[in-house]
Amino acid sequence: MQRALTLYQTTIGKKVVMALSGGIIVGFVIGHFLGNLNLYLGPEALNGYAAKLHSMPALVWGTRILLLFAFGAHIGSAYQLWRRNVTARGSHYKRRKDQATDYAARTMYWTGPILLLYLIYHLLEFTILPTHPGDVYRNVVEAFQNPWISTFYIAGNLALGLHIFHGIFSAFQSIGANHPRYNSYRRDLAIAISAVVTLGNLSFPISVLTGIVTL
Amino acid sequence: MTDELINLTLHVWRQRGPNGPGSFETHHAKDITTHMSFLEMLDVVNEDLIEKGEEPIAFDYDCREGICGTCGMVVNGVAHGPQKLTTVCQLHMRQFEDGQEIWLEPWRAQGFPIVKDLVVDRSGFDRIIQAGGYISIRTGSASEANEMPIAKDVADRAMDAAACIGCGACVAACPNASASLFTAAKISHLSLMPQGQVERADRARKMVAQMDAEGFGACTNHGECEAVCPKGVSLEWIARMNRELVRAMVKSKTPA
Repeated sequence: MQRALTLYQTTIGKKVVMALSGGIIVGFVIGHFLGNLNLYLGPEALNGYAAKLHSMPALVWGTRILLLFAFGAHIGSAYQLWRRNVTARGSHYKRRKDQATDYAARTMYWTGPILLLYLIYHLLEFTILPTHPGDVYRNVVEAFQNPWISTFYIAGNLALGLHIFHGIFSAFQSIGANHPRYNSYRRDLAIAISAVVTLGNLSFPISVLTGIVTL
Repeated sequence: MTDELINLTLHVWRQRGPNGPGSFETHHAKDITTHMSFLEMLDVVNEDLIEKGEEPIAFDYDCREGICGTCGMVVNGVAHGPQKLTTVCQLHMRQFEDGQEIWLEPWRAQGFPIVKDLVVDRSGFDRIIQAGGYISIRTGSASEANEMPIAKDVADRAMDAAACIGCGACVAACPNASASLFTAAKISHLSLMPQGQVERADRARKMVAQMDAEGFGACTNHGECEAVCPKGVSLEWIARMNRELVRAMVKSKTPA
């Protein structure tokens, strides 16, 4: 325990925490996306899936508690590192040209807080204050029929895609998983996961808006 | 190769001392041959300033061969200027066009306080080395060169990390002014060699702690450091440093 705390006091330790907690969250995001695919199988499939999950309170609450810890650790470490990083420069460059930074990396400090707001809204809408408790299918379709809500979800998922693309690649580096033979796969995996999850999640509001999925 | 002469407009960061406010000053570099190095061009500008009775532009240099790590400045937003794998002393004026405007700034980092103009204090790097960048050796007469066999691939990899000349461009280019690439190169180099095994765990802990204490930022894996490094030191070593630190915390028997 003492050693874990000492490790956490270093910037590298905080990055390891970011990587591990991010890994838990990405794991959940993938599972959540796969479950959402039930939307395309109709109301019985989606509502049945939801009911089955809720018949296992240990799983539901275990996951919730784990995620709460993961989010706490992820946001807490990010905040501490951000505070250090903004003061580390000292004075500002008049000219500064990025040589290697991609859009996803550059926007991490923006997509992070955007995702937190998105998450709060998402939980309020579908988990905490659903319009029709127990009827997930109706809640989702009715919400996405509103173009404003759909737009918000589309924006949120684009932010998610960018964030996990840099996050997944970065996590390997932070925990020290680096080997010349496998390094190209780290980026490929980051692209694959973020592309599949983002495109898949974007398909839900778009399918509802275009009338492919209806009540 | 043409013996072309070019004229340039320089916007140089001028700062009288560590605490003084700084600002950009415009100078003209006239009739510069394209065979000159960037520092020779600055020498010409300084000659001119001295003749006019003005304060010459202060900048650091030593070997001017691209191997000592003393020189360095941010040229048009890029540490060591536009040419890859090149220190600013080995950057030649043929990389620039006649009439070009050039912005010159010092390395900007909390861990590298500005001494004057383009000169920064990099003793933070020395303190990181002092914290653990050494090995315990047997003293006495020199031992036989092949006494300790080191496989070629290990020696090559250690040399790739040891190629770091400690110029500080990684810190200057990092969006977080992080010294990760420098510290990682030094930790990795010694961790690969048999001579470096004795203090291996201790070294990782102490050097990382010192890196943090100097006020450098944390790594966000953007890769800016690797892109500007004049010696092509790879991000691979940062992952290795992370692994070394975690390993030191988990395995080491000595208290942290």
